[in-house]
Formats: sequence, C-alpha cells, structure tokens
Amino acid sequence: MPEVLKAPLVVEFPFTRSLGPVQSAFLTGLRERVVLGVKTGDGRTLVPPVEYDPVTSEELGELVEVAATGTVTTWAWNHEPRRGQPLGTPFAWVLVKLDGSDTGLLHALDAPGPEAVHTGMRVRVRWAEERSGAITDIACFEPYEGGSAELTGSDGRFEEMVTGIVAPARLDYTYSPGRAQSGYINALSDRRAVGERCPSCRKVYVPPRGACPTCGVATSEQVEVGPRGTLTTYCIVNIKAKNLDIEVPYVYGHIALDGADLALHGRIGGIPYDQVRMGLRVEPVWTDGGRYPDHYRPTGEPDADYDTYKELV
Amino acid sequence: MPASRPLRDIAVVAFAQTDHLRTTDELSEVEMLMPVLHQVLDRTGLKTSDIGFTCSGSSDYLAGRAFSFTMALDGVGAWPPISESHVEMDGAWALYEAWTKLLTGEADTALVYAYGKSSPGSVRDVLTRQLDPYYVAPLWPDSVALAALQAQALIDAGDTDEPALAAVATRSRVSAADNSHAQLRGSVPRGDYAVRPLRTGDCPPIGDGAAAVILAAGERARDLCERPAWIRGIDHRIEAHGLGVRDLTDSPSSRLAAERAGAFERPVDTAELHASFSSQEVVLRKALRLDDSVDVNPSGGPLAANPIMAAGLIRIGEAAARIHRGDSDRALAHATSGPCLQQNLVAVLEGDPR
Repeated sequence: MPEVLKAPLVVEFPFTRSLGPVQSAFLTGLRERVVLGVKTGDGRTLVPPVEYDPVTSEELGELVEVAATGTVTTWAWNHEPRRGQPLGTPFAWVLVKLDGSDTGLLHALDAPGPEAVHTGMRVRVRWAEERSGAITDIACFEPYEGGSAELTGSDGRFEEMVTGIVAPARLDYTYSPGRAQSGYINALSDRRAVGERCPSCRKVYVPPRGACPTCGVATSEQVEVGPRGTLTTYCIVNIKAKNLDIEVPYVYGHIALDGADLALHGRIGGIPYDQVRMGLRVEPVWTDGGRYPDHYRPTGEPDADYDTYKELV
Repeated sequence: MPASRPLRDIAVVAFAQTDHLRTTDELSEVEMLMPVLHQVLDRTGLKTSDIGFTCSGSSDYLAGRAFSFTMALDGVGAWPPISESHVEMDGAWALYEAWTKLLTGEADTALVYAYGKSSPGSVRDVLTRQLDPYYVAPLWPDSVALAALQAQALIDAGDTDEPALAAVATRSRVSAADNSHAQLRGSVPRGDYAVRPLRTGDCPPIGDGAAAVILAAGERARDLCERPAWIRGIDHRIEAHGLGVRDLTDSPSSRLAAERAGAFERPVDTAELHASFSSQEVVLRKALRLDDSVDVNPSGGPLAANPIMAAGLIRIGEAAARIHRGDSDRALAHATSGPCLQQNLVAVLEGDPR
C-alpha cells in the first residue's frame, strides 16, 4: 500500500461571546479586583455566579461581594503545564471556596510543590497585572495564612461594564485522509484522476472516499477516469472571495469525468462566462507546481447529449 | 417511584466493535466504521435497506473536521434516503434516541453506531472545548486534571486511596486479557503521575475505534437473535455544569437514572461502567449500589479501551453480548459524558428466563 498522507491541521478561532447581566458583573468585577457571587433563593452564594439556580432553575440576579481569600476544597498537582493553562511552572489545580461563598471556583494555585498543598489550606487571589474582564484576571491563587480579606463594598455596578469576551481557541491536529483519498491525491501528483469502483453496483466514485454511499460497502478497485469530462451543471459566481486571485464573474461547475459516476467540482475557464452551458465538454488545465487542476476548459468537442449525463446532474 | 414499563419490548440483538488502536492513519472514519456495520448486519441477516431507523454518535472536534459524521453516512448506504439522526455525543445517547423511535412504533429495527478517532489531535486539549466557555475553558483545564480533582476529593473523603485506585486499574486490564478488541490488556504498570493523584495507569488509553448495535422490537427481536438483550429501562440525567457546585464524590445523576431505569428493583449480575478513570469507578459503584457480587467491567472497561464517543455505546453492547452468550441474565450498562461524570445514562438489560 502506498504511503498514507499526513499533514498538520490547525483549527483556530477567537470565540466571541456576549455576557448576560450576571456574568457581565462578575467579569467586570474581576477587572476591578472585586469578586462577586450570586444569591440563591435558599440563601446560598454561588461563585462563580450563574444566571439560573442549578437546583431550582430559578432566575438569579442578586449579586453579593465575597472575599478574595478562601479555602481549598480539592486539588490536583499538575507537574507538566499545558499550553494555555494559567501558569507555565508546575502548579496545583484547585477548587476554592472563597470566604462568603458556598461553592468552589476552579483555578490554579501557585505553590512550590505538591507537599505544600492540602485540602483545607488557605489561599488568596493573585490578581493579573493587566486585567480586561476575564477569568484570567485572576492570575492564580497563592498560599495565604490568615483570615478573610476585607470587602471593597462593591454592589456589582461599575463604570464601563464588560459585555463580552473573546476566548481564543486553538487545537492542533495531524490530518490523514486515509487510504482511499490518499490514493486520489497521490494520483493527482501525476496529473491523473482515479476513482474507486463499488463491487456491488459498479459505480465509480471520484474522489473516492472508500465507501459506496448507495450500497454501504467498501470500494477498493481503483479506476482511472478522465481526463476529459462533461459539465453537468454550473453557477456564475459574482462575489469575489477574499485571498482568491480570480476575476469575477467566473463559472463554477460540476464535472463528470469520463468513466466516473459522480461529478466533482471545479472552475470553468477559457470561455466567456455567458457562453458556458450544460453538456459542455471540458478538460483539466494544470499549472506548474499545481497539486490539482487549476481549472477546466472547453475541449472543442460537440456538446454531450443530455441523456448521457442526466443521472449525474 | 417505580420505573414504568416501556410501551414495547425492545432489545439489543447484535453488537460489534473494532479493535481499538492507538492510531489508524490508513483508515478514514467511514473505512474504520464499515466493518462493524457489516458485522451487525451479518449477525442479524438484515440489509441496510431493512433498517427502520439509523442513529449515530460522534464528535467533529476529535478529528478537527466539520460535519465529519456526514461522511460516515456513506457506510450505511444513505442513498436512497433513509430515516437517520445524529447526536454530537457518545453513541449511548444515539441508542437512547433510537430506543424512543422504536417505542413510537414508527420503526421496528434500528442501527446505532458510534466512532471516534482520537489519534489526529490531543484529547486532553480537545475535551477542554466542552467546558463552560466563560469561567472554565479559558483556563484550559484538561480532562485528566479534572478527573484528578475528583480523585483527590474521593481520597479526602476516605472513599479510596492510591493503592485502591491502582487495584481498580489492574483488575480492569486483567479482565481485558479475554477481550481481543481491547487496546491495553494484561498487567499495565501504575506509571508516573499524570496529574496527581492520578497515575497514567489510572487513566484510559487514547485510541481510535468504532462500535455498532442493532435494536429490534418485540417478535422481530426474537427472529433476529437467539437470546435478545431486552432493554427493561433506560434513562439519562445531567447535573450542574459548575464543578464547584457538585459533590464530586457522588453521582446523583447516575443514581437517579438507574432508579428510573429500574436498576434497583432486582440485583444485577453484571455492570459495564463507563468509568474512564479508576476513581470514577469508585464514585459509580457507590452511586449505583454495586457490591462485590456484581461482575464490574468484565470486558476491561474504558481503562482497557476508550474510543471517545463509542466507549459508552460499547458498555451497552458488551452488557448485551454477555446476555446473548448466556453469561448474564440481568446487566446494568452505564455511559457518561462531560467532565467528572456530568451526564449519565443507565440501561438495564435482561435475557429471557432460562
């Protein structure tokens, strides 16, 4: 079996989220070095605060300040910090019940080693130098010997409330398209198109995905198709795509390569856009170094009869 | 309140799973899935066109590909159109949806499948993306770290200790010696701390795999399987997403789901638990009232093979297969999703009296 292809794949997105009144107050509070909780109907204080009572589902909105000091309720020693985590040096994950709160807040604890951490230990917030209204405005917790820190007297109202957060997310993958698609991509590097034939219905799928969607069985017999084909349907694109160096309008179409039972898609060039038609016979145009056909152009043959490609439209 | 009897008798009549492997680069998801689809069809003699309803579970985040489940549909012959649905969850929840579909009487058979290819990415990082995006996800607490917080809470509560956790892991992997599909079999060292107090031996292997089951209703089930695994009850429950709101040493959602599924009405002889970490078995044994008379995870459980999104469905499949073989008469199957056992599904399966 030829080598299966692999390539790095990065999925990255700045998740932009709006905040409700409770989350807005909490995160704005962090920016101002104030920790807020929310009161429930039965008198508990939830930190971090939520908009609905997790037990009764009652709507919550009564904000109360709690201290920036608290007690560790459970912990875990993380000797190998990972990307994005609060500290780059070994630290403890902790749930901290802040003084005045009835629930645990998840964060990091900066401590010299696991022997310096225990459930029940006293800790306090270490504020980030620069704060923007995010959970990371708490840089981490640090060990603290002493009583409850003084409250600032905040009522949860601040100037310029934070109304949204941007939470960047990045995940790194190594993508492999698998056997069937690797075969297709490898053939393209020789400027050939290969499909796979279904052993049951005998249809040839291009590009092959390793399975026949009608019969639900594996396809395996490789079949060379094209290079010429028939345009089965098309559209005229009038919107210029960002970073795409193609003048509009241009034509994008479905092309049934000769010998294939599934049309693939590609750009149609070498013909004015308003002269493109169903049934047009086309062939691929390769550019130097291209990994796939740049576009398809008319072959000059007579148009294909509708009956020869109607199953593929 | 006693569990109510289902409107129709519905059974798991076939189960198949792949060998679970650390990597399967040569296989696309559909290529990995197809053999198990064919196995369950072959075992029942059904063709894809005979299936009344198809439902699947998977997550695009594992492979980093949008709508990857639509590609997998090629493996079930989705053309011409079929009655189909997908859950972005473990396949156990797909089975729940299929079960409700069969209850309505709109279908008599259902194909349920699930798959996960964890090898392309980093599971510990990927799973952070299911956390609360405001207060938790920006800190990137990984799945092992969150499980470790739960483990420490159990140790502090006196519910377990590190040697007891190691014993859970050892028992699971020794049990898996008889499971040719498992990824880790036989004795596996406790290993170094992953996130203390959990060692690598307390954590599940990361791997790729798929599973499929067929459900059938009433007499159809008897036609398709010599000893159907009747679903006597199935229920799923969720608890607060805030970890600091929950008592991490307990799983009230599992207990409630089990109660509503009828698990406590009579003893079970087998329990397949979706306890991905040794510490989670401690929580679940307590919540589900499983004593030493119950054979827990005779397949080896998730500590031996944990294809994410399929591991919960495999628990139901393994429990059903034991009933099919006559190794069990009444089995409990559990599936979970989310950090520290946030969401829990419990099914009770029974064979006909012998």
